[in-house]
Amino acid sequence: MTAPQSYFDKVWQDHVIAAVGEDQVLLQIDRLVLHELSGSQAVRALAEHGRQPDSRGQVFTVIEHLISTRPGRGPTESVSVSGAAMIDGTRRASRDYGFHFIDYDDERQGIAHVVAPELGIALPGTTLVCCDSHTCTVGGVGALAWGIGASEAEHVLATQTLAQAKPKTMRVHFEGSLPDGVYAKDLVLALIGQLGANGGIGYAVEFAGDVIRKMPIEGRLTLCNMSVEFSAKYGFVAPDEVTFSYLKGRSYAPQGDAWDAAVTYWTSLRSDAAAVFDAEVVIDVSALRPQVTWGTSPQHVCAIDQCVPDPSEERDPQARSEAARALEYMQLQPGQSLAGLAIDVAYIGSCTNARLSDLRAAANILRGKRVKPGVQALCIPGSTPVKRAAEAEGLDQVFKDAGFEWHESACGFCGHIGDDRFANLRVISTTNRNFKGRQGPLTRTHLASPATVAASAIAGCITMAPGGT
Amino acid sequence: MEKFTEVSGVAAVMLQINIDTDQIIPARYLGGTDAKGYGAHLFANARFLPDGQPNPSFVLNQAPYDGAQLLLADRNFGCGSSRERAPKALREFGIRCVIAPSFGGIFFNNCFRNGLLPVVLPIEDVRQLAEHVASSRGTAHIHVDLQQQTVSQATSGLHFQFEAPATLRQMLLQGVDEIDQTLARRADIDLWRAADRVRRPWAYTAVA
Repeated sequence: MTAPQSYFDKVWQDHVIAAVGEDQVLLQIDRLVLHELSGSQAVRALAEHGRQPDSRGQVFTVIEHLISTRPGRGPTESVSVSGAAMIDGTRRASRDYGFHFIDYDDERQGIAHVVAPELGIALPGTTLVCCDSHTCTVGGVGALAWGIGASEAEHVLATQTLAQAKPKTMRVHFEGSLPDGVYAKDLVLALIGQLGANGGIGYAVEFAGDVIRKMPIEGRLTLCNMSVEFSAKYGFVAPDEVTFSYLKGRSYAPQGDAWDAAVTYWTSLRSDAAAVFDAEVVIDVSALRPQVTWGTSPQHVCAIDQCVPDPSEERDPQARSEAARALEYMQLQPGQSLAGLAIDVAYIGSCTNARLSDLRAAANILRGKRVKPGVQALCIPGSTPVKRAAEAEGLDQVFKDAGFEWHESACGFCGHIGDDRFANLRVISTTNRNFKGRQGPLTRTHLASPATVAASAIAGCITMAPGGT
Repeated sequence: MEKFTEVSGVAAVMLQINIDTDQIIPARYLGGTDAKGYGAHLFANARFLPDGQPNPSFVLNQAPYDGAQLLLADRNFGCGSSRERAPKALREFGIRCVIAPSFGGIFFNNCFRNGLLPVVLPIEDVRQLAEHVASSRGTAHIHVDLQQQTVSQATSGLHFQFEAPATLRQMLLQGVDEIDQTLARRADIDLWRAADRVRRPWAYTAVA
């Protein structure tokens, strides 16, 4: 009689090739995704060490990190000083090695973590790694996916395996019913606020509960995206019918009989009822309100109608001094109201919140309205397919009529790679990190959902979207 | 993997929580595919003033901490982005060991591949070490021995045991090439895959 196992335990076990020393195992890696920022380093290191890729048919490259989002962009256009060389190097290596390659002008192009589920590259019951901490996003379709460094990527290129220590497991139940105007982004920000930015260290986190079962895949991807913001390397939702119907027919997903066999296998991975987790957390979402960050860590978050907390009330001395430094950086005072705080930029983009449902949520608020004069507003769709689908619905026109810039898809201004456009400005952003300098020199980032960002763009200040609770 | 057995030297104190990899090396310095060239940009936003001059109030610009080989920090050091230039920048600057109550998971793994040892100690222990560093104006050197898994500070008499992950510890002590080590298991891998291909054939055939 084997011990009861969770979905995670089963997927992990089915990838263990052998033990490595006392506390690691060698895992089969089903999918390696590379981009031009760190992927180019891994590819170059591989060549310098005189090695060849082991399983080139299981390696995917996407141009998305450094490539410009400017409409009409060129093949190596980048605001990063070494962007052109890195894009070009990655393009050449991908073609030479015969990886699956998605170039800047490919109709399938976009941010890797948006593209991977869209194309069925990320699948339940698979391991997927990429040199990017937000790789955990694709746990939303049940993949065991995590971010790695360039050296680990070189190891995967050379062997299609990776040695890892098995993490502890945590299950987070979201119970109750999600109020109108409250989204997956608000859910995960609230979770990080409660558990802290270090709350998930050493864990693989499963998101479960009624709220998740009813949540469409795009919301699950948003939720899993920010697992790493509470320092869990892995975040996932166990696959169900919602997952299967989302993936069926996607271009890299198994087809025909292979699909049926895959679904049978995925279903066999379902958690045993008596599966035990190292930690269990229950969060009732019924009274949750839209969230917005006030500081420089995702744990610096509160409901949009709350006031900036007073650091002196923080018991932990390091958390107290961090909060005080954060307020200084953010140019905020304890007790100050967040609602009504003037913003300079409204930003919709990133692997967190730039899928079609995000753009629809924003467009519903923007329709027939204008962005407050003086506010820069940008929309950078998460992928070219998202962009095309939005254009087919006329959403691009809604954004443009409201005064938003409508860009090509890429990582854009989520991280500051050289364009100082947001320097010294206050940004309300659908991205995932409000770290100091993350979006530019002295840029003050407030994280929020697309609905909150759209409403704030119109008001010119942090504002709850109409219909919010 | 660069071999690591022990380090002894000046420790710089940055007792802050959630020091993310964007702080350790900002994204605008990640360009290039070179393995080196990142130490000059370590903690760039805090270490340099807007005009590019060293910020005199930043610890790594102050003697003797400008020659630090160890760093003391609070929990969740290295959280955030997976950028491997973060441990590379620390190593190039001369840091061989970071002691903190916890580390971001991706950063933790990346350290071992860059000759940098992350040591987990409770915050109370880190604080005690830091207090003696401060009161001695940096002359209280810290000694970290990976073989014995100890952290000690001779001048204060502080002595702590830590636990490094067993496999990574062995690899660091021996300075093994991890890829060669895995490639040597080729036969085991092939055998395992032959069985896995029966169980999950679709996982091996990514065809658009």
